[in-house]
Amino acid sequence: MGLWKTINIALIALKVNALRSFLTMLGIIIGIASVIVMVSVSSGSKQEIERAIDQLGSNMLSIRPGASVSGGRHSAAGSATPLTEKDITKLKHRFDFLEGVSGSLSTTAPVIYGNSNWTTSIRGVHTDYIDVRQWVIDEGRNFSERETRSGGKVALLGQDLIEKLFGGETPLGARIRIKNVPFTVIGTLQAKGESSFGRSQDDVIFIPISTARMRVSGRNDRSVPDMVGNIYLTVSLDSNIQIAQQELTEFMRELRKIAPGAQDDFSVRNFSEFIRARNETSSTLGLLLAATAAIALLVGGIGIMNIMLVSVTERTREIGLRLAVGARRNDILMQFLVEAVTLCLIGSFFGVAIGVSTGELIRQTSEIPVLLNVPIIFVAIASATFVGIFFGFYPAQKASQMNPIDALRYE
Amino acid sequence: MKNVLIECQSVCKDYAMGGEVIHALSNVSLTICKGEYVAIMGPSGSGKSTLMNLIGALDVPTRGDLVVDGLNLSIQAPDTLAEFRNHMVGFVFQQFNLLPRTSALENVKLPLFYSRKPGGDADDQAKACLQRVGLADRMHHDPTQLSGGQQQRVAIARALVNQPSVILADEPTGALDSKTSLELLDLFQELNQSGITIIVVTHDQEVADKSRRNLVFRDGRIVTDTVINADRAV
Ligand SMILES: Nc1ncnc2c1ncn2[C@@H]1O[C@H](COP(=O)(O)OP(=O)(O)OP(=O)(O)O)[C@@H](O)[C@H]1O
Ligand SMILES: [Mg+2]
Repeated sequence: MGLWKTINIALIALKVNALRSFLTMLGIIIGIASVIVMVSVSSGSKQEIERAIDQLGSNMLSIRPGASVSGGRHSAAGSATPLTEKDITKLKHRFDFLEGVSGSLSTTAPVIYGNSNWTTSIRGVHTDYIDVRQWVIDEGRNFSERETRSGGKVALLGQDLIEKLFGGETPLGARIRIKNVPFTVIGTLQAKGESSFGRSQDDVIFIPISTARMRVSGRNDRSVPDMVGNIYLTVSLDSNIQIAQQELTEFMRELRKIAPGAQDDFSVRNFSEFIRARNETSSTLGLLLAATAAIALLVGGIGIMNIMLVSVTERTREIGLRLAVGARRNDILMQFLVEAVTLCLIGSFFGVAIGVSTGELIRQTSEIPVLLNVPIIFVAIASATFVGIFFGFYPAQKASQMNPIDALRYE
Repeated sequence: MKNVLIECQSVCKDYAMGGEVIHALSNVSLTICKGEYVAIMGPSGSGKSTLMNLIGALDVPTRGDLVVDGLNLSIQAPDTLAEFRNHMVGFVFQQFNLLPRTSALENVKLPLFYSRKPGGDADDQAKACLQRVGLADRMHHDPTQLSGGQQQRVAIARALVNQPSVILADEPTGALDSKTSLELLDLFQELNQSGITIIVVTHDQEVADKSRRNLVFRDGRIVTDTVINADRAV
């Protein structure tokens, strides 16, 4: 028995009761349309979150002095033992999975070039910092290891700073001054734009961490000669970041001689986790919306089942005749299943059309992130097929189990 | 010895109707050979239709053996029975039972749709059958656009399309006037002469007279079984 012919029979049967078929379909149309809209909206916001995580680097961890307290804030960093170059050396020595490690010692101070000056964030960093924090050198070069270690007076400039001090001219090779120390600009950084917190990340200057410590930060504490502020590190992509985080925490506890059971006086943080947690409420809401849409589809499915039961009863004599001329039970089962699935599929095409255009309308007229993609459409069509099979099965089964003679005699 | 097509041995059919049991058929034994033309008569409720339905595998006997073309219908799986109905028998009902809103041609093609036998082009086969019943010019008409006699002829074409061994007609002329009935009987006679076994249930003596063997039923039993028109050549 050909599938096309069966579909054709189904279409004819649906056409006979066109209005009834359409009203039944309406449930599926609404269900599929809302599934598409809800899924697009929730995957839109998920994409937004992933983009923010990507910007930070999904394999990046940070170690900061000071215990982390609830809400992700830190207790005063000054009260805890600072992190030092020694820690970095030991970390590098201990863990093979580290790809890049860098300290970051920040201050704010004016940068002077000729007659202009601009107060900006001055960050003392290691050579790896560029890679670890996913910066890209636009022009020029990164610090060499030697410059990093031996207090080289060189600098990398962010785009905002270039704009403010140089007004678009190339700053490469220029001499600038920070706290009366002259620096040579050896490179510029590609713009990163706003952070997920809404601040520009390009209002920044990088200098070697040793130089920052000795000449700029004013934090060259004699008791801690090699402090590095925070440590940022990336783990290789094939290692598990959660496990890396745990191992780092244990190792840091050892280094800092924290008694078992005592609280950490540092924190190892996973940035993507942090952002995910921050957005948990929005994804919960998305789930809730998707569940609502699924219920709409379920109600549509019940409508299908109802109408198929009516249809089977109405066509009992037809079923009897088909059995009398040689239809097998399976043929009858397929006929009604195909009819239910056809009903759902036609409904799902309308539903997809309405869902996609509604999603597009939301995207264009509001701030809500909407991600419309092809998989959603396949998911919608697949779920319509599933609904058709699931809710069409019982009526079809009922039809196929009829006794030929009783069906033929049915009034 | 002639070729046996249908063999009933003490076939019984009981119906349970709220507490009491109705014996629609009690111990019917009967042999019908290939190429016979049998008319079954008898009062209403005597079990004629019941027997037809059993022979056509629309229903199964309560007791007894019913063998058609070597197949014991009492013990077959549903799919085997479906296949049997598809290519062994052709039904003609009193109420025609055509699919509504479906052309004569499509109605005739219906058994081919369920056929597993490799055959020629379905359209050609169906058209040939419509030609045979004299309706070649009406094949695209819906049942509502056909007269009763024409509808019954479409039903006969449908019964013929899979080249069955036997045609089972349950009061085929019941809804037709006498002139149309006569035309239909001519068609049956022609089919019988081409070798198809025909069993027809009727209340009309004239219809029975056209056949070559008359069975009379009463209360679920065969009371007379007479051969007539023995002179007519097969
Ligand atoms: N599905 C059924 N349930 C209960 N009883 C039935 C059923 N079908 C038939 N009978 C009974 O079986 C008996 C035989 O019925 P059948 O239809 O064979 O009669 P018939 O000889 O064809 O009569 P008619 O000439 O009126 O068509 C009747 O008494 C009828 O009431
Ligand atoms: Mg009857």
